[in-house]
Amino acid sequence: MTHPLRNQAAVIGVGTTAYGNFPHTDEYGLAAEAFRNALADGGIAKHQIDGLVTCRIPSYVRMGEILGLDPAWSLTLPPHGRMSGIGIIEAALAIAAGQASTVALLYANIGRSRRVNYGGEESPNIWDPWGFTSPGAAHALMFRRHMELYGTTTRQLAEVSVAFRRHAGLTPGAVMRTPITIEDHETARFITEPLRLLDYCLINDGAVCLIVTKADRARDHAQPPVMVSGFGARDRFRSASIPNFDLEFWHDAVAEAGRQAREMAGVDRTDIDALMAYDNFSPTVLFSLEGLGFCPRGEAGRFVEGGTIGLGGALPMNTDGGHLSNSYMQGWALNVEAVRQLRGGNGARQVKDARVIQYVQATPCTRSIIYTRG
Amino acid sequence: MSYAKPLPKPDPLMAPFWDGARAGRLLVQTCRACNDAHFPPGPVCPACLSPDQEWKETAGPPTLQSWVRFHRAYWDGFRDDRPYPVCLVQLAEGPLLVSNLVGDAAGARLGAELRVVFDAVTPEVTLPKFALA
Repeated sequence: MTHPLRNQAAVIGVGTTAYGNFPHTDEYGLAAEAFRNALADGGIAKHQIDGLVTCRIPSYVRMGEILGLDPAWSLTLPPHGRMSGIGIIEAALAIAAGQASTVALLYANIGRSRRVNYGGEESPNIWDPWGFTSPGAAHALMFRRHMELYGTTTRQLAEVSVAFRRHAGLTPGAVMRTPITIEDHETARFITEPLRLLDYCLINDGAVCLIVTKADRARDHAQPPVMVSGFGARDRFRSASIPNFDLEFWHDAVAEAGRQAREMAGVDRTDIDALMAYDNFSPTVLFSLEGLGFCPRGEAGRFVEGGTIGLGGALPMNTDGGHLSNSYMQGWALNVEAVRQLRGGNGARQVKDARVIQYVQATPCTRSIIYTRG
Repeated sequence: MSYAKPLPKPDPLMAPFWDGARAGRLLVQTCRACNDAHFPPGPVCPACLSPDQEWKETAGPPTLQSWVRFHRAYWDGFRDDRPYPVCLVQLAEGPLLVSNLVGDAAGARLGAELRVVFDAVTPEVTLPKFALA
């Protein structure tokens, strides 16, 4: 039986801004630009927008005022990366339920020009007296466990950073484009050992907009629709006081979200042509591969050796360069990249004959979305 | 010279933990109704939701579940300590704690037994830290 939510919503417009350091503007200015770009991309009139999702934007009402929108349905999300998957799924559900027909999702980040550093006094927690802070340190704790449990090496981890940097070099507007080698990774400065600078995502300004509509209206626009074919979810809140950490690498949550998404979409793991994995820190990419079952548990280090996740490899991942090298748009730009790959025409970074692309965020709110060509 | 590192924020729920540490005891909030041990403390038991909670001294030896070294200081007070060690500890009762690994870390391995060491950093605050047993 076809899942009732399969292919009920489609992405018909995507818009991004330049990525970099933009002290002259703010979240509203960047989001407005992404919104204009998404409308133009899809050939969509503003009056067609009747749903609004905002994320990491200071005031949703001010955003609506700036864009001149009085939506029938809206949702405001906190400034966490894990909200991208949540926002897109909620928009698809709102559309399936008839609460909105065409939803604009807006995300903006001004962290570079405002010197956000994701640790210390900016994000107080109960471990501050011991000097433990920042999401990267939580990933360092997880990666040390992975090294000890499975023999994973930092050279294997380097494969992730090297592959994504190469992809960024093929992506117009990517922030970090100079190719790197495994040796570059191994000699980069430690931030939280065993993780080094090249294991950490960028911090840059920019904004992203996706426009999602009812599937039966999706063909009326300028771009071929990309279907939201399946999605899945599982949260892990029980060790939330150690932020961004899970003793089991969110393995079972990722497995469950992936299974839900595949079953809803009616695809097998072998149908996935490319995988976009939330890469705030390089270890998450390994955790995502294991959770989704692309390799057995503990073997992601060996799996990524030799170009498996690079363009031309068995499972191309984060083909825009991801958070590590393209842009820190907290999952939103990875979903845009899934759409662009399924539309085709991306030159040297095009995944050949891409028909099915999966997004996953291995986080305390694990989500996965499967997109297919409409 | 005054102590320059961050100190615990006042929190009534955590007061018994800090009182215990100052007295050289590592305490963990435990449910009187179902005996679930949990950290950090909450207003109700996360297993059975009972509000009837007490603080008990941890029984068995804690174990090392991960360890890292901070090469970046997010507070000025840690600048001269770089790189400084941070560890993830599991109490025998199950809860996880983040702390500092003190002493020789050469024998660090997953599951290694630890002993708690109390570091009185100010007259009011004692931080439980851990050393390889």
